[in-house]
Amino acid sequence: MSGSRSLGRNSIGWLLPVLIVVGWEIASRAGVMSPNVLPAPSAVAEAFWRLTLSGELIRNIGVSTARALSGFAIGGAIGFVLGLANGLSTLSRGLTDTTLQMIRNIPHLALIPLVILWFGIDEEAKLFLVALGVFFPIYVNTLLGIQSVDPQLVEMGRVYGMDRSALFFRVILPGALPAIFVGLRYALGIMWLTLIVAETVSASSGLGYMAMQAREFLLIDVVVLSIVIYALLGKLADSLARLLERLSLSWHPAFQNA
Amino acid sequence: MPAASLAAVRSFVASPQAQPTQANESRRAFAFKGAGKRFGDKVVLDGIDLDVPVGQFLAVIGKSGCGKSTLLRLLAGLDRPTAGSLTFDVKEAGGAEDDGHSRSRFMFQEPRLLPWASVVGNVEVGLTGIASGAEARDRALAILGEVGLADRADEWPSVLSGGQKQRVALARALVGHPRILALDEPLGALDALTRIEMQQLLERIWITQKFTAVLVTHDVAEAVALADRVVVISGGRIALDLDVPVARPRRRGSAELAHLEGRILDQLFG
Repeated sequence: MSGSRSLGRNSIGWLLPVLIVVGWEIASRAGVMSPNVLPAPSAVAEAFWRLTLSGELIRNIGVSTARALSGFAIGGAIGFVLGLANGLSTLSRGLTDTTLQMIRNIPHLALIPLVILWFGIDEEAKLFLVALGVFFPIYVNTLLGIQSVDPQLVEMGRVYGMDRSALFFRVILPGALPAIFVGLRYALGIMWLTLIVAETVSASSGLGYMAMQAREFLLIDVVVLSIVIYALLGKLADSLARLLERLSLSWHPAFQNA
Repeated sequence: MPAASLAAVRSFVASPQAQPTQANESRRAFAFKGAGKRFGDKVVLDGIDLDVPVGQFLAVIGKSGCGKSTLLRLLAGLDRPTAGSLTFDVKEAGGAEDDGHSRSRFMFQEPRLLPWASVVGNVEVGLTGIASGAEARDRALAILGEVGLADRADEWPSVLSGGQKQRVALARALVGHPRILALDEPLGALDALTRIEMQQLLERIWITQKFTAVLVTHDVAEAVALADRVVVISGGRIALDLDVPVARPRRRGSAELAHLEGRILDQLFG
Protein backbone atom coordinates (compact mmCIF):
# COMPACT_ATOMS: atom_id res chain seq x y z
CA MET A 1 0.00 0.00 0.00
CA SER A 2 2.59 2.50 1.13
CA GLY A 3 4.94 0.97 -1.47
CA SER A 4 2.61 1.72 -4.36
CA ARG A 5 1.94 5.19 -2.96
CA SER A 6 5.63 6.03 -2.78
CA LEU A 7 6.07 4.64 -6.31
CA GLY A 8 3.31 6.98 -7.43
CA ARG A 9 4.96 9.91 -5.67
CA ASN A 10 8.34 9.10 -7.28
CA SER A 11 6.95 8.72 -10.78
CA ILE A 12 4.93 11.93 -10.64
CA GLY A 13 8.22 13.82 -10.73
CA TRP A 14 8.94 12.36 -14.16
CA LEU A 15 5.60 13.46 -15.61
CA LEU A 16 6.73 16.99 -16.45
CA PRO A 17 10.03 16.05 -18.17
CA VAL A 18 8.18 13.47 -20.30
CA LEU A 19 5.52 16.02 -21.29
CA ILE A 20 8.22 18.53 -22.24
CA VAL A 21 10.01 15.96 -24.43
CA VAL A 22 6.77 14.94 -26.14
CA GLY A 23 5.81 18.59 -26.75
CA TRP A 24 9.29 19.29 -28.07
CA GLU A 25 9.10 16.34 -30.50
CA ILE A 26 5.70 17.49 -31.77
CA ALA A 27 6.94 21.07 -32.21
CA SER A 28 9.99 19.86 -34.17
CA ARG A 29 7.94 17.58 -36.45
CA ALA A 30 5.43 20.35 -37.12
CA GLY A 31 8.35 22.56 -38.19
CA VAL A 32 7.74 25.13 -35.44
CA MET A 33 11.30 24.60 -34.19
CA SER A 34 14.12 24.59 -36.71
CA PRO A 35 16.55 21.65 -36.38
CA ASN A 36 19.41 24.21 -36.48
CA VAL A 37 18.12 25.75 -33.26
CA LEU A 38 17.01 22.63 -31.41
CA PRO A 39 16.96 19.15 -32.98
CA ALA A 40 14.05 16.85 -32.26
CA PRO A 41 14.37 14.40 -29.33
CA SER A 42 14.37 11.59 -31.85
CA ALA A 43 17.45 13.16 -33.53
CA VAL A 44 19.15 13.36 -30.12
CA ALA A 45 18.26 9.71 -29.52
CA GLU A 46 19.78 8.84 -32.88
CA ALA A 47 22.96 10.68 -31.93
CA PHE A 48 22.97 8.77 -28.65
CA TRP A 49 22.72 5.47 -30.51
CA ARG A 50 25.39 6.44 -33.04
CA LEU A 51 27.89 7.53 -30.37
CA THR A 52 27.11 4.50 -28.22
CA LEU A 53 27.88 2.18 -31.14
CA SER A 54 31.14 3.94 -31.87
CA GLY A 55 32.10 3.68 -28.18
CA GLU A 56 32.82 7.41 -28.08
CA LEU A 57 30.02 8.20 -25.65
CA ILE A 58 30.88 5.54 -23.10
CA ARG A 59 34.54 6.51 -23.19
CA ASN A 60 33.79 10.21 -22.62
CA ILE A 61 31.30 9.52 -19.84
CA GLY A 62 33.91 7.29 -18.22
CA VAL A 63 36.60 9.94 -18.46
CA SER A 64 34.34 12.67 -17.05
CA THR A 65 33.01 10.48 -14.24
CA ALA A 66 36.51 9.46 -13.19
CA ARG A 67 37.59 13.11 -13.12
CA ALA A 68 34.51 14.16 -11.18
CA LEU A 69 34.84 11.44 -8.58
CA SER A 70 38.57 11.79 -8.02
CA GLY A 71 38.27 15.57 -7.67
CA PHE A 72 35.35 15.02 -5.31
CA ALA A 73 37.28 12.50 -3.24
CA ILE A 74 40.25 14.85 -2.82
CA GLY A 75 38.31 18.06 -2.12
CA GLY A 76 35.64 16.32 -0.06
CA ALA A 77 38.15 14.51 2.12
CA ILE A 78 40.14 17.68 2.86
CA GLY A 79 36.95 19.64 3.54
CA PHE A 80 35.58 16.94 5.82
CA VAL A 81 38.79 16.62 7.83
CA LEU A 82 39.19 20.39 8.20
CA GLY A 83 35.51 20.75 9.11
CA LEU A 84 35.91 18.14 11.84
CA ALA A 85 39.13 19.69 13.11
CA ASN A 86 37.70 23.20 13.23
CA GLY A 87 34.46 22.00 14.77
CA LEU A 88 36.24 20.15 17.55
CA SER A 89 39.19 22.41 18.26
CA THR A 90 38.98 26.14 18.85
CA LEU A 91 42.73 26.41 18.25
CA SER A 92 42.42 24.88 14.79
CA ARG A 93 39.40 27.04 14.00
CA GLY A 94 41.18 30.17 15.19
CA LEU A 95 44.16 29.37 13.00
CA THR A 96 42.44 28.46 9.74
CA ASP A 97 38.83 29.60 9.60
CA THR A 98 39.46 33.25 8.68
CA THR A 99 41.74 32.24 5.82
CA LEU A 100 39.28 29.66 4.56
CA GLN A 101 36.37 32.09 4.68
CA MET A 102 38.38 34.58 2.61
CA ILE A 103 39.23 31.98 -0.02
CA ARG A 104 35.61 30.81 -0.03
CA ASN A 105 34.48 34.18 -1.28
CA ILE A 106 36.53 33.85 -4.48
CA PRO A 107 34.42 32.16 -7.18
CA HIS A 108 36.59 29.14 -7.88
CA LEU A 109 35.87 29.30 -11.60
CA ALA A 110 37.57 32.70 -11.65
CA LEU A 111 40.81 30.76 -11.12
CA ILE A 112 40.53 29.03 -14.51
CA PRO A 113 43.08 31.28 -16.30
CA LEU A 114 45.53 30.86 -13.44
CA VAL A 115 44.93 27.13 -13.30
CA ILE A 116 45.56 26.78 -17.03
CA LEU A 117 48.84 28.68 -16.59
CA TRP A 118 49.83 26.39 -13.73
CA PHE A 119 48.71 23.01 -15.00
CA GLY A 120 48.05 23.49 -18.72
CA ILE A 121 45.02 21.57 -19.88
CA ASP A 122 46.05 18.32 -18.23
CA GLU A 123 44.12 16.28 -15.70
CA GLU A 124 45.56 18.24 -12.75
CA ALA A 125 43.77 21.40 -13.80
CA LYS A 126 40.37 19.72 -13.74
CA LEU A 127 41.08 17.82 -10.53
CA PHE A 128 42.21 21.03 -8.86
CA LEU A 129 39.10 22.96 -9.87
CA VAL A 130 36.68 20.21 -8.91
CA ALA A 131 38.42 19.61 -5.60
CA LEU A 132 38.37 23.33 -4.80
CA GLY A 133 34.71 23.64 -5.74
CA VAL A 134 33.69 20.61 -3.68
CA PHE A 135 35.82 21.54 -0.68
CA PHE A 136 33.79 24.47 0.59
CA PRO A 137 30.26 23.05 0.80
CA ILE A 138 31.63 20.00 2.59
CA TYR A 139 33.83 22.07 4.91
CA VAL A 140 31.20 24.66 5.81
CA ASN A 141 28.45 22.12 6.46
CA THR A 142 30.63 19.71 8.44
CA LEU A 143 31.73 22.61 10.65
CA LEU A 144 28.15 23.83 11.00
CA GLY A 145 26.96 20.31 11.80
CA ILE A 146 29.45 19.86 14.60
CA GLN A 147 28.79 23.29 16.03
CA SER A 148 25.06 22.63 16.07
CA VAL A 149 25.27 19.37 18.03
CA ASP A 150 23.09 19.76 21.13
CA PRO A 151 25.46 20.66 24.02
CA GLN A 152 23.01 19.03 26.44
CA LEU A 153 23.62 15.69 24.73
CA VAL A 154 27.38 16.22 24.94
CA GLU A 155 27.06 16.96 28.66
CA MET A 156 24.91 13.85 29.07
CA GLY A 157 27.59 11.77 27.34
CA ARG A 158 30.27 13.13 29.65
CA VAL A 159 28.17 12.58 32.78
CA TYR A 160 27.56 9.00 31.70
CA GLY A 161 31.28 8.39 31.42
CA MET A 162 31.91 8.43 27.66
CA ASP A 163 35.55 8.95 26.71
CA ARG A 164 36.53 11.27 23.86
CA SER A 165 36.22 8.71 21.08
CA ALA A 166 32.87 7.40 22.33
CA LEU A 167 31.65 10.98 22.61
CA PHE A 168 32.72 11.65 19.02
CA PHE A 169 31.34 8.51 17.40
CA ARG A 170 28.14 8.19 19.44
CA VAL A 171 27.13 11.80 19.99
CA ILE A 172 28.98 14.38 17.88
CA LEU A 173 29.32 12.69 14.49
CA PRO A 174 25.74 11.35 14.32
CA GLY A 175 24.50 14.76 15.41
CA ALA A 176 26.46 16.47 12.65
CA LEU A 177 25.43 14.00 9.96
CA PRO A 178 22.26 15.74 8.69
CA ALA A 179 24.23 18.92 7.96
CA ILE A 180 27.08 16.91 6.41
CA PHE A 181 24.59 15.37 3.98
CA VAL A 182 23.31 18.79 2.98
CA GLY A 183 26.93 19.66 2.17
CA LEU A 184 27.40 16.42 0.27
CA ARG A 185 24.41 17.00 -2.00
CA TYR A 186 25.38 20.59 -2.60
CA ALA A 187 28.95 19.52 -3.37
CA LEU A 188 27.79 16.96 -5.92
CA GLY A 189 26.03 19.74 -7.83
CA ILE A 190 29.16 21.91 -7.75
CA MET A 191 31.22 18.90 -8.84
CA TRP A 192 29.38 18.52 -12.17
CA LEU A 193 29.14 22.24 -12.75
CA THR A 194 32.88 22.74 -12.26
CA LEU A 195 33.77 19.79 -14.43
CA ILE A 196 31.55 20.93 -17.31
CA VAL A 197 33.09 24.38 -17.28
CA ALA A 198 36.63 23.04 -17.00
CA GLU A 199 36.12 20.53 -19.80
CA THR A 200 34.47 23.09 -22.01
CA VAL A 201 37.30 25.56 -21.58
CA SER A 202 40.18 23.16 -21.95
CA ALA A 203 40.17 19.43 -22.51
CA SER A 204 41.01 16.73 -25.02
CA SER A 205 38.51 14.19 -23.78
CA GLY A 206 35.34 13.98 -21.70
CA LEU A 207 31.75 15.09 -22.12
CA GLY A 208 32.53 18.80 -22.20
CA TYR A 209 35.13 18.20 -24.87
CA MET A 210 32.65 16.10 -26.85
CA ALA A 211 30.14 18.96 -26.77
CA MET A 212 32.74 21.52 -27.88
CA GLN A 213 33.92 19.30 -30.74
CA ALA A 214 30.32 18.86 -31.85
CA ARG A 215 29.86 22.63 -31.83
CA GLU A 216 32.84 23.00 -34.19
CA PHE A 217 31.21 20.62 -36.66
CA LEU A 218 27.71 22.03 -36.07
CA LEU A 219 26.50 18.66 -34.75
CA ILE A 220 23.78 20.27 -32.66
CA ASP A 221 22.19 16.91 -31.81
CA VAL A 222 25.42 15.86 -30.04
CA VAL A 223 25.56 19.17 -28.16
CA VAL A 224 22.02 18.63 -26.88
CA LEU A 225 22.83 15.01 -26.07
CA SER A 226 25.76 16.11 -23.89
CA ILE A 227 23.52 18.50 -21.98
CA VAL A 228 20.90 15.78 -21.42
CA ILE A 229 23.58 13.39 -20.18
CA TYR A 230 24.87 16.00 -17.75
CA ALA A 231 21.36 16.37 -16.39
CA LEU A 232 21.00 12.61 -15.98
CA LEU A 233 24.40 12.21 -14.32
CA GLY A 234 23.60 15.04 -11.92
CA LYS A 235 20.26 13.46 -11.07
CA LEU A 236 21.94 10.07 -10.58
CA ALA A 237 24.52 11.51 -8.19
CA ASP A 238 21.81 13.28 -6.22
CA SER A 239 19.69 10.13 -6.03
CA LEU A 240 22.64 8.15 -4.71
CA ALA A 241 23.29 10.79 -2.07
CA ARG A 242 19.63 10.75 -1.04
CA LEU A 243 19.65 6.98 -0.79
CA LEU A 244 22.73 7.13 1.43
CA GLU A 245 21.06 9.84 3.48
CA ARG A 246 17.92 7.79 3.91
CA LEU A 247 19.90 4.76 5.00
CA SER A 248 22.02 6.55 7.58
CA LEU A 249 19.44 9.03 8.88
CA SER A 250 16.58 6.58 9.38
CA TRP A 251 16.31 7.84 12.98
CA HIS A 252 15.48 11.35 11.80
CA PRO A 253 11.78 12.28 11.97
CA ALA A 254 12.04 13.73 8.43
CA PHE A 255 12.92 10.28 7.07
CA GLN A 256 10.37 8.25 8.96
CA ASN A 257 7.28 6.88 7.22
CA ALA A 258 8.86 8.06 3.98
CA MET B 1 19.80 12.59 64.08
CA PRO B 2 19.32 11.32 60.49
CA ALA B 3 20.02 7.67 61.29
CA ALA B 4 17.57 7.62 64.18
CA SER B 5 14.86 9.45 62.29
CA LEU B 6 15.40 7.22 59.29
CA ALA B 7 14.71 4.20 61.46
CA ALA B 8 11.53 5.89 62.58
CA VAL B 9 10.49 6.52 59.00
CA ARG B 10 11.30 3.01 57.96
CA SER B 11 9.16 1.54 60.69
CA PHE B 12 6.16 2.98 58.90
CA VAL B 13 7.02 1.27 55.63
CA ALA B 14 4.23 -1.08 54.70
CA SER B 15 5.90 -3.41 52.21
CA PRO B 16 8.38 -5.83 53.81
CA GLN B 17 10.72 -5.73 50.79
CA ALA B 18 11.18 -2.01 51.35
CA GLN B 19 12.73 -2.70 54.72
CA PRO B 20 16.43 -1.94 54.30
CA THR B 21 18.96 -4.18 55.97
CA GLN B 22 20.18 -3.12 59.38
CA ALA B 23 23.69 -2.70 58.03
CA ASN B 24 22.50 -0.17 55.47
CA GLU B 25 20.56 1.87 57.97
CA SER B 26 23.57 2.89 59.96
CA ARG B 27 25.63 3.70 56.87
CA ARG B 28 25.96 7.07 55.28
CA ALA B 29 25.62 7.56 51.50
CA PHE B 30 27.21 11.01 51.38
CA ALA B 31 27.68 14.07 53.50
CA PHE B 32 28.18 17.78 52.79
CA LYS B 33 30.21 19.50 55.51
CA GLY B 34 30.17 23.28 55.44
CA ALA B 35 30.00 23.02 51.66
CA GLY B 36 29.81 26.22 49.63
CA LYS B 37 29.92 27.19 46.00
CA ARG B 38 30.60 30.59 44.56
CA PHE B 39 30.75 31.69 40.94
CA GLY B 40 32.94 34.78 40.96
CA ASP B 41 31.44 37.12 43.55
CA LYS B 42 28.12 35.37 43.65
CA VAL B 43 27.69 32.94 46.53
CA VAL B 44 25.27 30.25 45.41
CA LEU B 45 25.62 27.81 48.28
CA ASP B 46 26.94 28.64 51.74
CA GLY B 47 27.69 26.38 54.69
CA ILE B 48 25.61 23.40 53.67
CA ASP B 49 25.66 20.56 56.24
CA LEU B 50 23.76 17.57 55.02
CA ASP B 51 24.20 13.99 56.13
CA VAL B 52 22.28 11.47 54.04
CA PRO B 53 22.04 7.80 55.02
CA VAL B 54 22.09 5.01 52.43
CA GLY B 55 18.70 4.32 50.91
CA GLN B 56 17.09 7.59 51.91
CA PHE B 57 14.78 9.42 49.51
CA LEU B 58 15.68 13.08 49.94
CA ALA B 59 13.78 15.90 48.27
CA VAL B 60 15.39 19.31 47.87
CA ILE B 61 13.00 22.21 47.45
CA GLY B 62 13.54 25.88 46.84
CA LYS B 63 12.56 28.77 44.67
CA SER B 64 14.26 29.33 41.32
CA GLY B 65 17.88 30.35 41.72
CA CYS B 66 18.16 29.24 45.36
CA GLY B 67 21.07 26.92 44.58
CA LYS B 68 19.27 23.58 44.68
CA SER B 69 20.42 22.54 41.20
CA THR B 70 23.97 23.55 42.09
CA LEU B 71 23.79 21.24 45.11
CA LEU B 72 22.83 18.43 42.77
CA ARG B 73 25.62 19.25 40.34
CA LEU B 74 28.12 19.09 43.19
CA LEU B 75 26.73 15.73 44.17
CA ALA B 76 27.02 14.41 40.61
CA GLY B 77 30.57 15.68 40.23
CA LEU B 78 29.62 18.20 37.52
CA ASP B 79 31.00 20.98 39.73
CA ARG B 80 33.39 21.09 42.68
CA PRO B 81 32.60 22.84 45.97
CA THR B 82 34.64 26.02 46.52
CA ALA B 83 34.38 25.65 50.31
CA GLY B 84 33.86 22.78 52.73
CA SER B 85 33.68 19.20 51.58
CA LEU B 86 31.54 16.49 50.09
CA THR B 87 32.38 12.97 51.18
CA PHE B 88 30.97 9.69 50.00
CA ASP B 89 30.84 6.44 51.82
CA VAL B 90 33.38 4.86 49.51
CA LYS B 91 33.18 1.30 50.75
CA GLU B 92 31.17 -0.97 48.50
CA ALA B 93 29.50 -4.02 50.01
CA GLY B 94 32.35 -6.09 48.60
CA GLY B 95 34.97 -3.70 49.89
CA ALA B 96 35.89 -2.19 46.52
CA GLU B 97 36.51 1.55 46.62
CA ASP B 98 35.71 4.25 44.10
CA ASP B 99 35.36 8.00 44.20
CA GLY B 100 31.62 8.00 44.78
CA HIS B 101 30.79 10.06 41.71
CA SER B 102 31.27 7.05 39.49
CA ARG B 103 28.49 5.19 41.22
CA SER B 104 26.05 8.07 41.16
CA ARG B 105 23.78 8.80 38.23
CA PHE B 106 22.19 12.00 37.09
CA MET B 107 18.75 12.34 35.59
CA PHE B 108 18.24 15.62 33.78
CA GLN B 109 15.25 17.87 33.51
CA GLU B 110 15.03 16.93 29.82
CA PRO B 111 15.21 13.30 28.65
CA ARG B 112 18.43 13.98 26.65
CA LEU B 113 18.07 10.80 24.60
CA LEU B 114 20.27 10.29 21.57
CA PRO B 115 17.82 10.60 18.64
CA TRP B 116 19.99 8.33 16.48
CA ALA B 117 20.05 5.45 18.94
CA SER B 118 17.16 3.06 19.51
CA VAL B 119 15.40 3.06 22.85
CA VAL B 120 17.46 0.09 24.06
CA GLY B 121 20.62 1.69 22.64
CA ASN B 122 19.93 4.78 24.73
CA VAL B 123 19.53 2.69 27.85
CA GLU B 124 22.86 1.01 27.06
CA VAL B 125 24.51 4.44 27.33
CA GLY B 126 23.97 4.01 31.08
CA LEU B 127 26.32 1.02 30.97
CA THR B 128 29.23 2.90 29.40
CA GLY B 129 32.35 1.48 31.00
CA ILE B 130 30.31 -1.07 32.97
CA ALA B 131 29.11 -3.62 30.41
CA SER B 132 29.02 -3.98 26.64
CA GLY B 133 27.72 -6.20 23.86
CA ALA B 134 25.10 -8.84 24.56
CA GLU B 135 25.35 -8.37 28.32
CA ALA B 136 24.62 -4.64 28.03
CA ARG B 137 21.66 -5.34 25.78
CA ASP B 138 20.21 -7.93 28.14
CA ARG B 139 20.55 -5.65 31.14
CA ALA B 140 19.05 -2.73 29.20
CA LEU B 141 16.09 -4.85 28.08
CA ALA B 142 15.51 -6.02 31.65
CA ILE B 143 15.36 -2.49 33.04
CA LEU B 144 13.14 -1.38 30.13
CA GLY B 145 10.74 -4.08 31.26
CA GLU B 146 10.72 -2.52 34.72
CA VAL B 147 9.72 0.88 33.38
CA GLY B 148 7.11 -0.78 31.15
CA LEU B 149 8.73 -0.11 27.77
CA ALA B 150 10.07 -3.55 26.85
CA ASP B 151 7.95 -3.63 23.68
CA ARG B 152 9.35 -0.28 22.47
CA ALA B 153 13.02 -1.33 22.73
CA ASP B 154 13.82 -1.12 19.01
CA GLU B 155 11.96 2.09 18.22
CA TRP B 156 13.44 5.56 17.78
CA PRO B 157 13.02 8.00 20.68
CA SER B 158 11.26 10.50 18.39
CA VAL B 159 8.09 8.37 18.30
CA LEU B 160 7.76 8.26 22.11
CA SER B 161 5.65 10.62 24.21
CA GLY B 162 7.26 12.96 26.74
CA GLY B 163 6.51 10.65 29.65
CA GLN B 164 7.85 7.62 27.79
CA LYS B 165 11.07 9.47 26.93
CA GLN B 166 11.56 10.34 30.60
CA ARG B 167 10.97 6.68 31.49
CA VAL B 168 13.74 5.71 29.04
CA ALA B 169 15.96 8.31 30.71
CA LEU B 170 15.11 6.79 34.10
CA ALA B 171 15.99 3.33 32.78
CA ARG B 172 19.30 4.70 31.45
CA ALA B 173 20.09 6.21 34.85
CA LEU B 174 19.24 3.02 36.72
CA VAL B 175 20.63 0.31 34.44
CA GLY B 176 24.10 0.53 35.98
CA HIS B 177 22.67 0.07 39.50
CA PRO B 178 23.87 3.41 40.89
CA ARG B 179 24.11 3.83 44.63
CA ILE B 180 22.95 7.41 44.37
CA LEU B 181 20.43 8.75 41.88
CA ALA B 182 20.36 12.53 41.48
CA LEU B 183 17.19 13.83 39.83
CA ASP B 184 17.05 17.42 38.60
CA GLU B 185 13.32 18.17 38.26
CA PRO B 186 12.93 15.29 35.84
CA LEU B 187 9.14 15.42 35.93
CA GLY B 188 8.81 19.18 35.60
CA ALA B 189 7.84 19.18 31.94
CA LEU B 190 5.24 16.42 32.13
CA ASP B 191 1.49 16.86 32.33
CA ALA B 192 -0.13 16.36 35.74
CA LEU B 193 -1.42 12.83 35.19
CA THR B 194 1.78 11.53 33.57
CA ARG B 195 3.65 13.11 36.48
CA ILE B 196 1.75 11.12 39.08
CA GLU B 197 2.33 7.93 37.09
CA MET B 198 6.05 8.68 36.91
CA GLN B 199 6.18 9.44 40.64
CA GLN B 200 4.63 6.05 41.40
CA LEU B 201 7.05 4.34 39.02
CA LEU B 202 10.00 6.11 40.61
CA GLU B 203 8.84 5.16 44.11
CA ARG B 204 8.32 1.53 43.11
CA ILE B 205 11.78 1.20 41.56
CA TRP B 206 13.40 3.01 44.49
CA ILE B 207 11.78 0.50 46.86
CA THR B 208 13.04 -2.50 44.89
CA GLN B 209 16.53 -1.21 44.00
CA LYS B 210 17.27 0.48 47.37
CA PHE B 211 19.42 3.30 46.01
CA THR B 212 19.77 6.70 47.66
CA ALA B 213 17.61 9.21 45.78
CA VAL B 214 18.07 12.99 45.75
CA LEU B 215 15.21 14.73 43.99
CA VAL B 216 15.37 18.42 43.24
CA THR B 217 11.90 19.78 42.61
CA HIS B 218 9.77 22.85 43.09
CA ASP B 219 6.62 20.84 43.43
CA VAL B 220 5.99 20.64 47.19
CA ALA B 221 3.24 18.02 46.81
CA GLU B 222 5.63 15.83 44.82
CA ALA B 223 8.31 16.19 47.49
CA VAL B 224 6.10 15.13 50.41
CA ALA B 225 4.51 12.34 48.38
CA LEU B 226 7.85 10.74 47.50
CA ALA B 227 10.49 11.68 50.03
CA ASP B 228 11.56 10.40 53.44
CA ARG B 229 12.97 13.81 54.16
CA VAL B 230 12.55 17.25 52.65
CA VAL B 231 15.20 19.94 52.72
CA VAL B 232 14.24 23.51 51.88
CA ILE B 233 17.03 25.67 50.52
CA SER B 234 16.75 29.42 50.65
CA GLY B 235 19.45 31.94 49.90
CA GLY B 236 22.06 29.21 49.52
CA ARG B 237 21.43 27.76 53.01
CA ILE B 238 19.31 24.99 54.43
CA ALA B 239 16.26 26.74 55.84
CA LEU B 240 14.27 23.68 56.85
CA ASP B 241 15.10 20.00 57.27
CA LEU B 242 11.92 18.03 57.70
CA ASP B 243 11.26 14.29 58.01
CA VAL B 244 8.21 12.85 56.32
CA PRO B 245 7.19 9.99 58.62
CA VAL B 246 4.25 8.86 56.54
CA ALA B 247 3.68 5.20 55.67
CA ARG B 248 3.97 3.96 52.07
CA PRO B 249 2.03 3.54 49.91
CA ARG B 250 1.02 7.13 50.58
CA ARG B 251 -2.37 8.45 49.70
CA ARG B 252 -2.12 11.71 47.79
CA GLY B 253 -4.08 14.50 49.40
CA SER B 254 -4.12 12.90 52.86
CA ALA B 255 -4.28 15.22 55.87
CA GLU B 256 -0.78 14.23 57.04
CA LEU B 257 0.81 15.11 53.71
CA ALA B 258 -1.23 18.32 53.46
CA HIS B 259 -0.03 19.37 56.91
CA LEU B 260 3.63 18.83 55.95
CA GLU B 261 3.07 20.58 52.65
CA GLY B 262 1.67 23.55 54.57
CA ARG B 263 4.74 23.74 56.81
CA ILE B 264 7.05 23.75 53.81
CA LEU B 265 5.03 26.40 51.99
CA ASP B 266 5.04 28.55 55.14
CA GLN B 267 8.81 28.28 55.22
CA LEU B 268 9.08 29.22 51.54
CA PHE B 269 6.68 32.16 51.61
CA GLY B 270 6.26 32.96 55.33
